[in-house]
Amino acid sequence: MILDKVNYTYSRDTAYEKHALKDVSLKIEDGQFIGIIGHTGSGKSTLIQHLNGLMRADSGTIFFNGENIYDKDYDIRALRAKVGLVFQYPEHQLFETTVFKDVCFGPGNQKLPSEEVESRASEALRAAGLPEHLWQQSPFEMSGGQKRRVAIAGVLAMKPQMLILDEPTAGLDPKGRDEILDQVAKMRRDLHMTVILVSHSMEDVANYVDRLIVMNRGQVMLDGTPRQVFSHYKELEAVGLAAPQVTYLMHELRKAGLPVDVDATTRDEAKASILKAVARP
Amino acid sequence: MLRDITIGQYYPADSVIHKLDPRVKLFATLLYVISLFIFENWVGLSLVTLFLIGVIWLSKVPVSYMVKGLRAIVIILIITALFNLFLTPGTALVEFGIFKITREGLVSAVTMAIRLIYLILGTSVVTLATTPNRLTDGLEKSLGPLNKIRIPVHEISMMMSIALRFVPILVEETDKIMKAQIARGADFESGNVIKKAKNMIPLLVPLFISAFRRANDLAMAMEARCYHGGKGRTKMKPLKYKKRDGMAYLVIFVYFAAIILARVFVK
Repeated sequence: MILDKVNYTYSRDTAYEKHALKDVSLKIEDGQFIGIIGHTGSGKSTLIQHLNGLMRADSGTIFFNGENIYDKDYDIRALRAKVGLVFQYPEHQLFETTVFKDVCFGPGNQKLPSEEVESRASEALRAAGLPEHLWQQSPFEMSGGQKRRVAIAGVLAMKPQMLILDEPTAGLDPKGRDEILDQVAKMRRDLHMTVILVSHSMEDVANYVDRLIVMNRGQVMLDGTPRQVFSHYKELEAVGLAAPQVTYLMHELRKAGLPVDVDATTRDEAKASILKAVARP
Repeated sequence: MLRDITIGQYYPADSVIHKLDPRVKLFATLLYVISLFIFENWVGLSLVTLFLIGVIWLSKVPVSYMVKGLRAIVIILIITALFNLFLTPGTALVEFGIFKITREGLVSAVTMAIRLIYLILGTSVVTLATTPNRLTDGLEKSLGPLNKIRIPVHEISMMMSIALRFVPILVEETDKIMKAQIARGADFESGNVIKKAKNMIPLLVPLFISAFRRANDLAMAMEARCYHGGKGRTKMKPLKYKKRDGMAYLVIFVYFAAIILARVFVK
């Protein structure tokens, strides 16, 4: 998927006017695990809604699999099935009487035969890690984390090539957060999808993604591996974001004279680096 | 798409109309609405039009913003106009089959349409130029005397302010759920009426659930702040009349008198 100079303005020509995206150009390779990070109002959510055609750019073009999605005869509904978007608090969109029926909604809209719909729904529920005895329950009687899995399964059932998750961990406790993120990483491996994870928490994404895009005021500020991005931690602070705590710890240790690797981004990397530095005679 | 709903919304701007005491604005709205149904000739119509244009101009709210509010009543407008057009007895202008368009029907269809449009425009200036909080404060104060005959004025105005406050929230929520369902392949546009209504279920169920959840949260938050109705409640910013409010009363009375005079004396 390629974005070329995408611009978008909310409520043009009124007192509420807001330029949400400014000349955003990106290239997203198949199979990448991407994290998009930015402060509230930095344009993250606006950006991802452009990727599946829910919002239309004022100017600029978006190409998916080599085709311009703004072409007149482009099938935008087919695009929405290929680029699955899981919104913030996706559990608020559940409406059916049972979990299984709700997950069937997406593939059902694709006009598939009913056996195919059901097999896709079971597959998606399994991939989302929801135990089978819950499938016939009402989604409204479940816990927050379970509801979220159902909602993610609802999008997975459409078999997207690209899965976009907007703040999938919002409002979950640390345990629920890790579970969901581990599940997403697993789904990506098993189903060979491109995954885009939107978040405002560095800690969340640092451990999982292989590319980080930092948004600020509607523009792409930094783009690179987590290592590259976090080495700019002073600039991140200047725009109200913070690098993971590990980065700070490593810089402090370096200052104190320990020869550690300051670019370590995950806890495990940091641990290995510290042990190596301490073990040195 | 849904963000176009402007009824009951506030539009921030620095204007005389924004600064006026809400009581003045409410009273002016009342007289204005009455005046809409009093005028019956060209002089009256031009007076009303001038007054409306003047107020809109003073309020500094973009006209395009206000016209958007009219979209909601297009259907009502068409139906009213059609009924007036065909069902008013009088001298026929055009006749086909059992239907005939009369001269009187044409006149009343046009005046009715003008009245409805002016009604929406006029009242939306008030809501666009007044924050919901001030609007309810004004309402509560203006209706204060009704308390004596045991009408729960405070509760009514509180309900009104909550309702107004929730319009944009629910619009946003609808927009969000709609998008989420469209992302799952839902279709809200095509199909006949029955199919369309059926397609609304994935939108309405989550919307109702969220409305109830929000209502519950709000009730809890109000209770946590010891809200117990209007009795003995004081205001942080009590309403006080200023000089410009007096002027505004004068203007509105002169306007109303002119409308009555136009009806009585101009034939």
